[in-house]
Amino acid sequence: MNKQLLIKCLKAFFVGLVLLVLYAPILLLAVYSFDKTDMIGRFEGFSLTHYAALFENSKVLGMIGNTFLLAFLAAVLSTVLGTVGALGMFYTKKRVKMLIHGASQIPVINAEIVTALSLTVTFVAIGLGRSYFTLLIGHMVICTPFVVLSVMPKLKQMDNSLYEAALDLGASPFKALWKVVLPQIVPGVISGFMLAVTLSLDDYIVTMYTRPSGFETISTYVYNATTKGNAHTAVTLASLWALTTIIFVVIVLFVVVSNLSGIRKKEASK
Amino acid sequence: MKLPRFSRKTLCIPYAVFLVFFVIIPMLVIFFYAFTDSNMHISFANFIKFFSDPTKLSTIVYSLVIALITTVVCLVIAYPVAYILARSSMKRKFVILMLFVLPMWINFVLRVNALRELFNLLASLKGLEWIAGSNYFKTVFGMVYDFLPFMILPLYTTMLKIDPSLYEASADLGASGFTTFTRVTIPLSMPGIMSGVTMVFLPSMTNYVVSDMLGNAKVTIIGKFISDYFGNDWHMGSMIALVLLVVVFVSTWLTGGFKSEENVRGANL
Repeated sequence: MNKQLLIKCLKAFFVGLVLLVLYAPILLLAVYSFDKTDMIGRFEGFSLTHYAALFENSKVLGMIGNTFLLAFLAAVLSTVLGTVGALGMFYTKKRVKMLIHGASQIPVINAEIVTALSLTVTFVAIGLGRSYFTLLIGHMVICTPFVVLSVMPKLKQMDNSLYEAALDLGASPFKALWKVVLPQIVPGVISGFMLAVTLSLDDYIVTMYTRPSGFETISTYVYNATTKGNAHTAVTLASLWALTTIIFVVIVLFVVVSNLSGIRKKEASK
Repeated sequence: MKLPRFSRKTLCIPYAVFLVFFVIIPMLVIFFYAFTDSNMHISFANFIKFFSDPTKLSTIVYSLVIALITTVVCLVIAYPVAYILARSSMKRKFVILMLFVLPMWINFVLRVNALRELFNLLASLKGLEWIAGSNYFKTVFGMVYDFLPFMILPLYTTMLKIDPSLYEASADLGASGFTTFTRVTIPLSMPGIMSGVTMVFLPSMTNYVVSDMLGNAKVTIIGKFISDYFGNDWHMGSMIALVLLVVVFVSTWLTGGFKSEENVRGANL
C-alpha cells in the first residue's frame, strides 16, 4: 500500500515541479513590480512607482490600445471570413474543398517569418507598401485558418437533416443557414474567435514586418526595448514587469470567473 | 430582375479569393524573387551561393539540432504530465490542465522577457554564474518553456480518448505495467505525439524571438537569418525562405501533419 502512496506523491511532485518552473518567471516579475527600485534580487520596499509610470506614459498606453484594437479587428474579420469560408467549404465538392483546405493549411504549417517575408515582398511589389491595412491583412492570414480549423469539426458533427427540414418548411436557404446551421456551430465560432485574439495578441514577427512605421504593439515594443537596449525607450523595463503582472492578473480573473460560471451553470442544470 | 439563386457553395468564394491573394500569390512571389537577381533577370546565383556557403548550411543544421533537442525535452516532460493528468481520477483535473495553458495567454514576448529576468537573477547567485554565458542552454530552455503547452495539449486529448478498459484487459492478460505502457499507451497516443512534435519542432526551428532575447544575439537560427537578409537583400532572403519552406513541408509530411484536421494550439479548449 505504501508503494502506491509513494507513486502518487511522486506524480504530484512531478506535475507540481513543472508548474513551478512554468510560473516562476511570472511570479518573480509580479513580486518585483511592487519594489521601489528596478533591481531584481533585492527587495527595497513596497511601492507602486512602476505601475504609476506605466499609466502616466501616453506612449505605453497608446501601444497597449494598438495591440488590443488590432487583435479585436483582426479577430472579428478573421472569424467572419473563416466561418463563412468553412460553411462554403463544407457544402462544396470534395476536390474544391481539398484545394481550399490545402491552401488554408499553408500559413498554419509555414514558419511565421516566411509568411511575413512573402506578404511584405508582395505588398511592396504591388505598391501597397506598409500600412495599417497590410498589418491587418497579415494578422488575418495567420488567424483565419485557425478559425476554419475550429469551425469545421462542429459542421461535421451537425445534424444535416435540420437544414433540409427548414427548407421543407419554407425557409429560404439563407434564413435556414442563419437560423438553423449557425446556432449549431456557435461553440466552434467562439473558440475560433478566442484563438484568433490570442494569436494576434501574441504575434511579433508578422507585425514587425507588415506594420506601418512608428506603429508599436506590446510585442514589438518589448522586443526592441530588451534586445536593443532601453536607452531610447521612454519606459523602464520595470514598468514592463508591472504590465506583465496586470495582464497575468486579468487572465487569472477571466479564467476563474468563466470556470465558476460554468460550474454554476452545470450545477443549476442538474 | 431576379437575383441568381443563393447557393451554399458560393460562401467559400471570399475565403478562396483571400487565400489566392494573400497566401498563394505571396508564395509565388517568394519563388520568383529567389530565382532572380536585383535586375529581375532569372538567375541561379542565389541558389548556388546558398548551397556553397558553409555558414548558411551550418545554420540550417544547427537550427535543426536546436529544434530537435527542444522537441525531445518537451516530449520527455509533457508525456508524463499528460499521462498523469489523463489517468488521474481527480474531479477537477481540468483546472490543473488550465494551469498549464494559462501562461500561453500572456503576451509571448513578455513571457520571454520574464524568463530573461529570471536568468539574470540566477546568474547573479553564487555557483550559478555559468548561466550568464550559456546562450544555448538559455535558448533551449526558453523554447521548452514557451512551447511546452503545445506538446501537453494534444497528448492529453489523445490519452483521454484511450478506453481505460484496455489497460485492465492488458493487465488481466498478464502484461506488466511497463509492457502495458509500451504496447498500449504509446501506440494509442501516437497521433498526439505526432501533432505535438510538429507543433513544437517547426516553431523552435524558426522562431528567433526566443534565441534573440535569451541568447545575447549569439545564437543564430534560420529564422533570424532570413530576417537579417530582409533588411538588405530580398533575393537571398527569399532563397533562404524557400529552402526553409521545403524543410518545413517535408518534416510536416514525414510526421503526417497534413492528414490531421484536428484542432491545434489548444483550439478546443
